[in-house]
Amino acid sequence: MSCYDCNRTELLRKAVAEAGRGLPAIEPGMPLPAGTGLSRRSFLLRSSGLAFAVFGGSAFLSPRAVEAAIEAATPGRILVSVFLSGGADTLSVLFPAGDPLYHQFRPVLGLDPASATPFAEDTRLYWHPSTASLATLHGEGKVTVLPAIGYDHPDKSHFTSRHYWEVGATDPHLRTGWLGRYLDTVNQPDNPLQGLSLDTGLQPSLATVSAPVAALDSPDTFAFSDSRIVSFPLEAQMLKAAGALGSAHAVGGDPALQQAGNAAKQSLHLHTQLGTFSNFNTKVTYPTSTDPFPHRLAGLAAMIQAGLPLRCVSITAPGHYDTHAGQAQPLSSGLKLTSDALLAFQRDLEQRGLADRVLVHVWSEFGRRAQENGSQGTDHGAAGIGFLIGSRVRGGMIGEYPGLQSGLDSQGNLVPTADFRGVYGALIAQWLGADPTRVIPNAAAFTQPALLR
Amino acid sequence: MSVASVPVYGKPFGVANAQRLLWRAGFGPRPGEARALAAKGLDGAVDSLLNPPAYAAIGPEPTDRGFPIAPADASGHDHLWWLDRMVRGNQPLLERMTLIWHDWFATSQQKVASQSLMLNQNQTLRTGALGSFQNLLLTLTDDPAMLLWLDGVKNTNRAPNENYGREMMELFTLGWSNGYTETDVREQARSLTGWRVNAGKTPSPSDFVFDARFHDVGTKTVFGHTGNYDWQGACTLCLQHPNHPAYFVQKLWSYFVPTPPSAATQAGLVALYANGYQIAPVVRAILRHSDLYEGARMVKQPVVYTAGLMRALGRAVDGNIWTNLDTQSGQRLFWPPDVSGWDMSRWLDTATFRARWFVAAYALASVPVDQGVTSAKPSALLARATHLFGDQPLSAKTRHALLSFAAAALDVATPATVEGALRQLVAVSPDLLTA
Repeated sequence: MSCYDCNRTELLRKAVAEAGRGLPAIEPGMPLPAGTGLSRRSFLLRSSGLAFAVFGGSAFLSPRAVEAAIEAATPGRILVSVFLSGGADTLSVLFPAGDPLYHQFRPVLGLDPASATPFAEDTRLYWHPSTASLATLHGEGKVTVLPAIGYDHPDKSHFTSRHYWEVGATDPHLRTGWLGRYLDTVNQPDNPLQGLSLDTGLQPSLATVSAPVAALDSPDTFAFSDSRIVSFPLEAQMLKAAGALGSAHAVGGDPALQQAGNAAKQSLHLHTQLGTFSNFNTKVTYPTSTDPFPHRLAGLAAMIQAGLPLRCVSITAPGHYDTHAGQAQPLSSGLKLTSDALLAFQRDLEQRGLADRVLVHVWSEFGRRAQENGSQGTDHGAAGIGFLIGSRVRGGMIGEYPGLQSGLDSQGNLVPTADFRGVYGALIAQWLGADPTRVIPNAAAFTQPALLR
Repeated sequence: MSVASVPVYGKPFGVANAQRLLWRAGFGPRPGEARALAAKGLDGAVDSLLNPPAYAAIGPEPTDRGFPIAPADASGHDHLWWLDRMVRGNQPLLERMTLIWHDWFATSQQKVASQSLMLNQNQTLRTGALGSFQNLLLTLTDDPAMLLWLDGVKNTNRAPNENYGREMMELFTLGWSNGYTETDVREQARSLTGWRVNAGKTPSPSDFVFDARFHDVGTKTVFGHTGNYDWQGACTLCLQHPNHPAYFVQKLWSYFVPTPPSAATQAGLVALYANGYQIAPVVRAILRHSDLYEGARMVKQPVVYTAGLMRALGRAVDGNIWTNLDTQSGQRLFWPPDVSGWDMSRWLDTATFRARWFVAAYALASVPVDQGVTSAKPSALLARATHLFGDQPLSAKTRHALLSFAAAALDVATPATVEGALRQLVAVSPDLLTA
């Protein structure tokens, strides 16, 4: 399938056509048909930017047929990876004020539990005040907490540990990302949106062997004309030519030419896929910030509703988590914006009726040392904090908080009670419905926790 | 003896070789530069880059909204200031080496929060760019921006902070997990204690002082050596580590050649370097190496790409839009993503390709196409378009695609419009995105 139009509308049309039936198109503003038991599904008509809706229960098509067509035609579930860069301090995000050693390890940085939300599954732990939004979602059963996730023989280098998490193995030489290898197994050759970095550049976890992937700074801008700079009279033909030129270099030959060729080729695909997509129609309020994170999440929700064929998405969270000195303020502001934006995203998905299709995985390359360092900061540690967020997660926690009395390694760092490779394997198997042994090296060696309700 | 084991490019040194040398060791040729450099022969060309004349800038001064730039104060003007040196300067290798050291000792304004201190560090990098690495490491270890960036001023005898001690081993001198332990990291942090900053929000370099009261005078054991080391001793220990020379030459090589050196080449480079930590002899050997001229291509770094287009077109740095476009391309100077620098292996994706499209378009906007052009032959229009970029040869695949575009476009547009489109397509072709 050579498909520059891999969006949901197109896929739906194809699926319905295969079923030998017509597609009932209904004008915007028409009321919901009563009694069908089927939610309204709106799609964005790519070429015009106008929304139109498809209903079940009409004279043309049974509800079951519509559901089946949609399930068959769309890549249903989407995994969103959110990275807290720098090694977030586990013992502040979910702080163990009920652990008798906490204030001994954190004489200056220790947080006060008086005004904090207790963590239901472990009475020693409290939510950092800046993560109140996550505490709210956890209270609704929509956040699973991983209070000490990591791996054996933890590496203290940001870059090496982050690399391990990105490639899904403790292998310094692996060049493909874990999400990238999953995408290689389900590759749609003309769909760069299947692996999307909502970022200024491509996240390494999405690095593939062959599947095309995309980076998009902001979901509402992928035009190649810009009033400040240029508007070419032949733009459409030029983009096609640039894409053709890219395709000619995208296979074989010199690796640098290949990288350049692929970038040009996939840019044309992405440009075509996004078309005139620009109006998010956001009905919930996201936090206001100069950081692009809330805007990117708002755009992501809109892209999903527009039927764009996403599978794996990666985004970097706001904030600087490598808090060697003076950590209280920067940690707090980063956590607050991240948590508030993730709550808004969940509400947005719920409002749009998409919440069952999206699972967010929040991770950081490691946690930080139990003992604060004297610069009102903390040095690199081992086990870190993680979250799984969405309407389909089980809630509660995976792995336990190991405690400061017996849960520290010889270097004074939290020992892991869950392995990131087990969680990856579980996400691949339970959420994405693929075989983890094709994605995670030695996958069978890591226990896969039950993730979904 | 060892020098002889570093292979030297032995074929005739032509214009194409000189072009590649200028892209790898500088910011691409200005019109006529590659030809002039080729005429010097390989050794003459390399030595002319290593021994440039006194700094001079050619062309109009950088501006923003028509006014002179303020590099130490105005946001984005630090980037403009350095980009301008790349575009107009006459010391391309020295400037390129400064860029390499900026990536090697990657320090970011994100935390330093002082353009003045970042520019101060930039001058330190430039001054030491082709001198001794020992000197460079020492001057970076007590560099004010670095002391803020990796918490050197927070590292005291009472409360050691291991941030700099770790990165000096992992990134600056030895490589990850390459002959040191976590205990070495902690002990090294103790050696590095004692630096303080005596100022509030806007410190100047003279506010950074070594204060013995904050230095740990106890005995430390690092790499199995025991002594009362201080910050200079910490640097010496790293430089004298048996794994340092190989790490140094491999890393330096990787900035110029995308494939690793052969064992013999590496041994030869190590021998050159071990003779006093001098940078220039190693760079000279790399720039004369056959792998540079005959090996695989490299994706140009964003600022190299931008500066190269501007040099070819005689384009002036004329506003913060250049900072924004390079940022969009993935490389804002003085803001590397983290202490490991930029990932040189993944510059191009859909987002950054689009950014380079705008870089090219904005660079070309100052060079209007001659509207009187009447030739309607695709090959003639393509020849004019490539001439604008110094006649860098295009691959057959690229020529074929561009000629078919031109033939079809001439049915619907004027020759001048098609020539303008060809310029843009040449500029963003895989051929010109790489060198």
